[in-house]
Amino acid sequence: MTAVRDGVLRCVRPDVTTRLRILDDGAWLSVDDTRRVSVSELWRLESADFCECDLADLVVENLLETGVEGRTVQVRAYGQCIACGAKSTTGWVPVGRVVDGEFVDIDREGVLTSTSDR
Amino acid sequence: MPTDVEKWKSEVYGNEIREHLFRFAEEGYETIPDDERDAWFERFKWWGLYHQRNGQEGYFMMRIGTPNGRLEPGQLRVVGEIADEYARGPGTNPIFGDAYADYTTRQAIQLHWIELSDVPAIFEKLESNGLSTQQACGDSWRNIVGNPVAGKDGQEVIDAWPVIRELNETFKGDDDHSNLPRKWKVSVTGSADGSGQGDINDLAFEPAYKEVEGEDVVGFNVRVGGGLARNEPRFARDIDVWVAPERVPDVAGGISALFRDNGDREDRYNARVKFLVDEWGPEKFRETLQEEYVDFELHTAGRDVREEYTYNTGEGERNDLVGVHEQKDGTNFVGLNVLTGRMGVDDVLELADLAEEYGSGEVRLSQRQNVIVTDVPDADLEDFLAEDLLEHYSPDPSPFMRGSIACTGTEFCSLSIVETKNRQVRFARWLKENVDLPEDVEEFHIHLSGCTASCAQPQIADVSLRGMKTRKDGEAVEALDVGLGGGLGAEPQFARWVTQRVPVDEVPGAIANLIERFAAEREDGESFRAFVDRHDDEELDAFVEPEETDYEDPMMHNTKMTWYPYAEDDSMDAAPPTPADD
Repeated sequence: MTAVRDGVLRCVRPDVTTRLRILDDGAWLSVDDTRRVSVSELWRLESADFCECDLADLVVENLLETGVEGRTVQVRAYGQCIACGAKSTTGWVPVGRVVDGEFVDIDREGVLTSTSDR
Repeated sequence: MPTDVEKWKSEVYGNEIREHLFRFAEEGYETIPDDERDAWFERFKWWGLYHQRNGQEGYFMMRIGTPNGRLEPGQLRVVGEIADEYARGPGTNPIFGDAYADYTTRQAIQLHWIELSDVPAIFEKLESNGLSTQQACGDSWRNIVGNPVAGKDGQEVIDAWPVIRELNETFKGDDDHSNLPRKWKVSVTGSADGSGQGDINDLAFEPAYKEVEGEDVVGFNVRVGGGLARNEPRFARDIDVWVAPERVPDVAGGISALFRDNGDREDRYNARVKFLVDEWGPEKFRETLQEEYVDFELHTAGRDVREEYTYNTGEGERNDLVGVHEQKDGTNFVGLNVLTGRMGVDDVLELADLAEEYGSGEVRLSQRQNVIVTDVPDADLEDFLAEDLLEHYSPDPSPFMRGSIACTGTEFCSLSIVETKNRQVRFARWLKENVDLPEDVEEFHIHLSGCTASCAQPQIADVSLRGMKTRKDGEAVEALDVGLGGGLGAEPQFARWVTQRVPVDEVPGAIANLIERFAAEREDGESFRAFVDRHDDEELDAFVEPEETDYEDPMMHNTKMTWYPYAEDDSMDAAPPTPADD
């Protein structure tokens, strides 16, 4: 895992350069100079330690950092579970994949699973 | 490790951005290399241009800095003509039409749908009429704010305009201060009403008396490190310094340089000077200023007039500058309410005409997003007040119209979570029709901000609304957090966020229920702010009581993910192409 906040990651694959940045005070993830993932999304998040809920219903309030695992683009975010009210920071949450040099969204309307690593 | 933004700034920043901006304008928007767009859009801010949000590719918001909100005779007409010719895009706003100007909470003006190819012509017109977009955004000295009727206000302790003008002339375009760690917001107020709102600025000069060599001299006390953004609101801290008017540029320059050298350039979240004041404390801040950044002995703080502050305090007289007020010279200034600060272009041009016909042609902008026509003689007042335009932009509006402030919102802004301006208009109209305040309550401030950036200054309102999301009947909908009891004055306080995630269609009902409880349970003559102050969060949360009413909200869906929320087909797939370079 390589992580960055308000910086740039250049290597998703050795032969492909993908620029990942958190911009606008944490409001957007920019991929190759295009804003792709924003705050205010609602994620159904499976996470052992975000809150007490089996499935957190998370309002994303701030994107903190981005990183890559293989071809998967991930972020850590701050937000609030609207089911129980807990406010916390997520582990790494997958938000997209880089396929042939292009960013492809992961379906974020479905259940997302975060790592427990904060 | 320095951030990307710092790296971009170290390569090209400040005045030199202009030549690149003009090159891209001439060669075409498409010639901005794909892999440099984040960098160039960040830099363009320094010249007052923000790229609009996803779905509006190639269109920019342009901010014109008008120091102290002061528009000289003829300048409002120039703004109106530019808006008419250049600020028209593919989207039509159902309330405000195709072209309009936004008056901001920092006494500046914003236009939308600006195309890059038009920027040189717009700059030429602005600059030949004494207006500029320089440093209106970006990491440098922003538009300096204050009491907009400085020099004319019967209540002022000292005329702050010469000081503001000198600061503006000194620090706009000054290479030593053009690349700061973050934005730099300065307020200079000479009035005893507190209308410069110094407490929420990075650097504030507030009127104060000091005995110097046996004489009582009027100057300014200095406060540092205020600001509302990012869930980290701070009031500016007293650093125990009084400064004479002629020394203000030295002290302001010293503090700006101190921030330049000591602010956090490795973490933009921690970069504002409020965090440096948190870390150092006012004493160390003052010591460093004295030892390293000014070459004369600083005075200790003088006797301030904060006890007299009324602006945005939630009680007493003059919470805003709306209405007819007598000037020092015996003429009048007339504050007109501009609901959410947005004015259609035909109205902008008509107001410019009226200002010339009845006043001196000057127009001024307040931090409550309103306009002020100055220098209206008594003999012309009645005719001016009878003008049709003033039916809409009233000097005596309903408290709900008068108290409404809203930021740009998802219509254009990347950061916002919810639709704001049109929603606040709908809220105000509904409240005006359906809710009665107690008879002696003439003002009630409701500020709606789309996100925690807090451009609508939500934390200093009676009712603070902040963009959120929630689920209603299983569907994701736009929602608002509700805060209560904020305000400025001698003892400023931020609103307490008592109720969270109210679906937007239930917010008017929630405010109605809250006001009903206030009316029923207040003590004699008690202000809303005082009422809030004597209740705990749980009690207040119970008073809010969200409820559906006959208010209908057409923008419940995710407006952030539309290309333009008011378009017939608002999906991102229907987004217009990047404007052609012509």
